[in-house]
Amino acid sequence: MLNTFVVYVENKPGVLTRVASLFRRRAFNIDSLTVGRTEKPEVSRMTITVDADQDQARRIEANLYKLVNVLLVENITAEPTIVRDLAMIKVAATQAARSHVLELAGVFRGRVVDVAPESLIIEITGDEDKIDGLLEVLQPYGVLEMVRTGIVAMRRGSKCSTVVSSGNSMSQTSGDDDGDGVQYSV
Amino acid sequence: MKTGGQILWECLEREGVTHVFGYPGGAILPAYDALKHSKIHHVLVRHEQGAAHMADGYARASGRVGVAIATSGPGATNLVTGIATAMLDSSPIVCITGQVGSKLIGSDAFQEVDITGITLPITKHNYLVTHAGELARTLREAFYVARSGRPGPVLVDITKDAQQSFCEFDWESAKPQLPGYRPNLSPAPKEYEQALKLIHNAKRPVILLGHGAIVSGAMREVRDLVEDSGIPVALTLLGLGALPASHPLNLGMMGMHGEAWVNHTIQEADLLIALGMRFDDRVTGNLKTYAPNAKKIHVEIDPAEINKNVKVDVALVGDLRDVLRELLPKIESVDRHEWLDFIDRLKGDSAVRDIQNLPDSGHLYAAHVINDLWRETRGSNTTVVTDVGQHQMWEAQYYKHEEARSLITSGGLGTMGFALPAAIGAKVARPETDVWVVVGDGGFQMTMAELATIVQEKLKVNIAIINNGYLGMVRQWQEFFYESNYQATPLLNPNFAKVAQAYGIRGETVTQRSQVVPAVQSARQYGGPVLIDFQVEQEDTVYPMVAAGAALHEMIRRPSPIVETSADE
Repeated sequence: MLNTFVVYVENKPGVLTRVASLFRRRAFNIDSLTVGRTEKPEVSRMTITVDADQDQARRIEANLYKLVNVLLVENITAEPTIVRDLAMIKVAATQAARSHVLELAGVFRGRVVDVAPESLIIEITGDEDKIDGLLEVLQPYGVLEMVRTGIVAMRRGSKCSTVVSSGNSMSQTSGDDDGDGVQYSV
Repeated sequence: MKTGGQILWECLEREGVTHVFGYPGGAILPAYDALKHSKIHHVLVRHEQGAAHMADGYARASGRVGVAIATSGPGATNLVTGIATAMLDSSPIVCITGQVGSKLIGSDAFQEVDITGITLPITKHNYLVTHAGELARTLREAFYVARSGRPGPVLVDITKDAQQSFCEFDWESAKPQLPGYRPNLSPAPKEYEQALKLIHNAKRPVILLGHGAIVSGAMREVRDLVEDSGIPVALTLLGLGALPASHPLNLGMMGMHGEAWVNHTIQEADLLIALGMRFDDRVTGNLKTYAPNAKKIHVEIDPAEINKNVKVDVALVGDLRDVLRELLPKIESVDRHEWLDFIDRLKGDSAVRDIQNLPDSGHLYAAHVINDLWRETRGSNTTVVTDVGQHQMWEAQYYKHEEARSLITSGGLGTMGFALPAAIGAKVARPETDVWVVVGDGGFQMTMAELATIVQEKLKVNIAIINNGYLGMVRQWQEFFYESNYQATPLLNPNFAKVAQAYGIRGETVTQRSQVVPAVQSARQYGGPVLIDFQVEQEDTVYPMVAAGAALHEMIRRPSPIVETSADE
């Protein structure tokens, strides 16, 4: 099954390579990996999706923790989360087809961000299924070019992850241990 | 103000380093220039691979961090095998490499190589330092990461300009900043309870003892556990010495070349208590048939090892010594004589099949050499450093190790060429210890250039070459699994005694069993290094053997002189 990990790492050169290299080394196939800044400048946040069973997912988590620059790992697969992917789709839109394409973009709450005589660029944000859905209906008109960011994910509700990067401690506020995994209490 | 080079040596001194093993070159020259102000003794090696193995041997002999130093490019890449060896066997070493100037990085400059990239998967962590100001904190972190938690190699790559430039040196304020690094985990109380319940309910328990016991310094606690609980112990190759071989509950080595009855014991067990070992394929055989009726408890410092190869029922993640101290007061003594009697019966005719008990055929067997070496050195403070192959397994079988750190060998990576340089490191770390290298004729030739290092450093290291004229273990596999098709395994060797003599080392050749003991005695009494070329039976075989991928109880055994079977069960 597809597992989603949120990984907080030190914002340092080479950390992305270390994480990517770990997945290669342990023969796990990354489905999607995104990385970006967080509310703290010294911390970056990755969202990684990877196909793995429960045991493998635990080993991935444990192996990620072995990387010195990794601050916090959360497997949020089983939790209610908001998942977002962003795509830009350049679609052929001739005179005749234009209004149909615009209509479809509207149904999917996509935005037109560029208009050219023969084509449009539609920007769409949503979970992966929604983007796949729009792509499918646009295919007959001719998708000329497409780019997706890969997903970012965040837990719903007030529960959040806190990375205390000063000092040697890490905590997950209001985190509940399910009790059957490896414990990481310090 | 100090240069980066000066800061390097001062940091090493403050980390307690007294010896480093290295080889100079262009990109590390500023650091070597600053060496003259340092109290640290530099051991000049003959190949950087030797430097890494020496640092490793130093670390394994002493428990302290070993240090290797090399220049950029080929100097750095030559360290790679030694770093991987240390990684697989959790040995704490710090490797310092020079790097081209920071402005040249990425330009394919002369002797530039991306050594942090190359060593990424074979180091516990690594660093590229481009400013002298980062050096002190980086080195403190490197030593801390190398020796804490599950130890391992750390590489610090330092650009030439970082070695040359000046900056303020303030050790106190250069504290490690490792917010994500958690080397010390501890199990939850509930997990202890689960483990104790399994231990107390078990009828046929076995302790599987590994290298972690030695790394953690838990020998006392292991012994207490064994004696309080009455549970017998099987050891991994790297665990040998963690419990004295003479201890009545020490069954000996398990796995591919373990005694048949030790493996049978594991297969018959209803509980395996794995202490500081990682269920390597060389000790489990086929995982599908491994200890099928046993519950498993895994005490291990590295959470990534849990359920990696063998699915366990209870995992106690933490330092072995701490975990055992927590467990010990709650261990109840149970009468286990039924189980121990059963194990005793499993021994069957093993003693009869033992090569030591076979009638003298006039041949010199490696097992005889090693057993005689053990008899002559037992009770003395002796460390044996072995290479990889048949001689390594015979040593593990016939040299009875009573003390932790009295055997140093490359287990996980199986690095031929390890023994001679690692022995140099061990001798430097513990000069009061007698050091014997036990090495095959193949592996010896991989790193024999370090004979010069022995002489230059005036080290008393004794070398026993188990010379069978073959890459013996590979030949054995060819014999068993490739219809004796001995491709590329026969060796045409030099006269090793003369090679030694050319270096100024006493060299001799032994071909008869009667010469073994006098040669060993004479070598021990001699003031300098001695090399003995033991020319043993060429096509001898390490028995028993679990073929790769076979079940642990399916062993190829030494044909019995009484019951002629080439394989049983």
